[in-house]
Amino acid sequence: MAEIVIRNLRKTFGDFTAVQSSSFRIEDGEFFMLLGPSGCGKTTTLRMIAGLELPSAGEVYIDGEEVGQKPASQRDIAFVFQMFALYPHMNVRRNIAYPLVSQGMPRAQVRAKVAEVAGILGIEDILDRPVGGLSGGDRQRVALGRAIVRNPKCFLMDEPLGALDAEFREHMADELRALHDRMGATTVYVTHDQLEAMQMGDKIVVMNHGVVEQFGTPQDIYDKPATMFVADFIGSPPMNFLRFHGSVATGDAHVRLHHQVLAVPALREPFDGGMVYGVRPEHVRLSDAAGYRGEIIAAEYLGTTQIVTLKTHNGEVKARIPSDQRARMGETVGLDFNGATVTLFDSQSGRAIRSDLNEGVLSHG
Amino acid sequence: MSGASVTGPSRRLKWAAGILVVGYALITLMPLLWIMATGFKTSPDSIAYPPKVIFAPSLEGYVNLFTTQTRQTADYLAANPPQTWYEKIVHDRGMVITGTSRFGERFMNSVIIGFGSTFLSVVLGTLAAYAFSRYRIPLKDDLMFFILSTRMMPPVAVAIPIFLMFRNLGLSDTHAGMILLYTAVNLSLAVWLLKGFIDEIPREYEEAALIDGYTRFQAFTKVVLPQAATGIASTAIFCLIFAWNEYAFAVLLTSGTAQTAPPFIPTIIGVGGRDWPAVAAGATIFLVPVVVFTVLLRKHLLRGITFGAVRK
Repeated sequence: MAEIVIRNLRKTFGDFTAVQSSSFRIEDGEFFMLLGPSGCGKTTTLRMIAGLELPSAGEVYIDGEEVGQKPASQRDIAFVFQMFALYPHMNVRRNIAYPLVSQGMPRAQVRAKVAEVAGILGIEDILDRPVGGLSGGDRQRVALGRAIVRNPKCFLMDEPLGALDAEFREHMADELRALHDRMGATTVYVTHDQLEAMQMGDKIVVMNHGVVEQFGTPQDIYDKPATMFVADFIGSPPMNFLRFHGSVATGDAHVRLHHQVLAVPALREPFDGGMVYGVRPEHVRLSDAAGYRGEIIAAEYLGTTQIVTLKTHNGEVKARIPSDQRARMGETVGLDFNGATVTLFDSQSGRAIRSDLNEGVLSHG
Repeated sequence: MSGASVTGPSRRLKWAAGILVVGYALITLMPLLWIMATGFKTSPDSIAYPPKVIFAPSLEGYVNLFTTQTRQTADYLAANPPQTWYEKIVHDRGMVITGTSRFGERFMNSVIIGFGSTFLSVVLGTLAAYAFSRYRIPLKDDLMFFILSTRMMPPVAVAIPIFLMFRNLGLSDTHAGMILLYTAVNLSLAVWLLKGFIDEIPREYEEAALIDGYTRFQAFTKVVLPQAATGIASTAIFCLIFAWNEYAFAVLLTSGTAQTAPPFIPTIIGVGGRDWPAVAAGATIFLVPVVVFTVLLRKHLLRGITFGAVRK
């Protein structure tokens, strides 16, 4: 098992920069998520850790050893591909045994090891089947079997659930997480699905356009986004952005939006110019007493809660409120924001303005 | 599948298609069947008019193909009765066997040159196609076009330069020269065909092998090659058929040591009159290797022909 450190990692393909300059640290035994939209460089980053791409610059350390320019076969890692990449000309048993055969392990030992792994994954009964006819879930399990059979230093997974049906995905996600908890192996997992990342990850790196936007625990990333991109990408519906102009000083605990004073966590830096008041839908309440008003233009019923969309002077706001609360279309109501959870952003650069809330989290980025 | 499938062809259409295919096969096979039959006729039967469909089979043609003979006087023939069945066939026509013909040798030349060039084309073609498919190669598209352009005219169009080149290099009438020539002609086809096949093999298989601790070359031999078997087999058939049947260069560049069967077979006619059964026997034997090779690899060939038509 291993700790993985990425330092100033960069990858260019001709004129195209896939990864700009990434740095982060993956602790031993962590379930680590690389999250971002397609084309953000997360897969390229993973492939550089694996050795399937060589970095243009920067270092990759696995267990303290710099392996950036080493071939994949010498890194002692396992990789689970999105399309599984099971060798189609071999049966399940030979697929799982293949990494052991390359090490020259004696046959009897290989057999025992494959049987053990098959037991862990519950695939003893399909060992002698060809991989062609397997269901998506079984293919996934065989791919995992091939990964864990060798006890590698770490597991790298490239959207391993992406090829599965939606209903089966949830089940496999639980299975994967349980497997990780049992084995305690460092796992790096690439996904574009923010729910998957939040659900399974110990830590998340959010990437966009080849840049690491934020790095931290799921809670930190959700509650204390470092950039507007993160705030928008994580959460469904995403964070509300109320745009306004103004000026704040260090220590201020409120801002003025459309003649109303709204609370924010005490600021740690001054700012002047275009700003964004960011608040999660679950921290918006409808309250007649509140001075900040909005008109209800839509309501989506979600069972226990409902998402109400309101038109305000600073843009649309979505509020997640109990579904038994009445929300009538066209009605103008007061909006009460939970000020302690608010993040202010610089609307130009999109970065969060430092406050009591996010101090200490941003420096990671 | 039931005949009532919505997307599949109807039963009547299947019958019509079947009759069409069988009819076409009969038409194309007729000359071959006629050649095979002629090989088992006697010389008078082979040129009988109206043509004989029913005839008394004879191995005269095959005996003539493999032997050289000379006419003898009746006294000599009476003094030397035939020892074996094939001597008897010759004897009955007032001839005696003086030795073996060169057909066997020419046939072996064809085998060596045909299979040798096929092997070389497929090996080089697979390696080149893999490189074109997987690596970033500067001017890749131009190189591929350049390779294709060697096929844009009939190879015989460059017969004179090749003849001069071969003469200067001492490659005329050598096995190596003919293998080299047929390989050069076949290579463009091999590279293009195989690149298509290798492009279809997902890279992840090799990457998985690299991760599993294999070297790039091991990943190529253990993962890519088995996947490309279909493409390699169909490419090999196409290459073999070309090299096996090639006539013009064989006439031009070979005469003694490296002559292949195609230019040799017509020369049989000249020996002792119009010996059509011997020619037909030679053509029949000449067909055998390609037929066997194709039958062995036929399931791959079908895939090779329909290649690219259907995506998996």
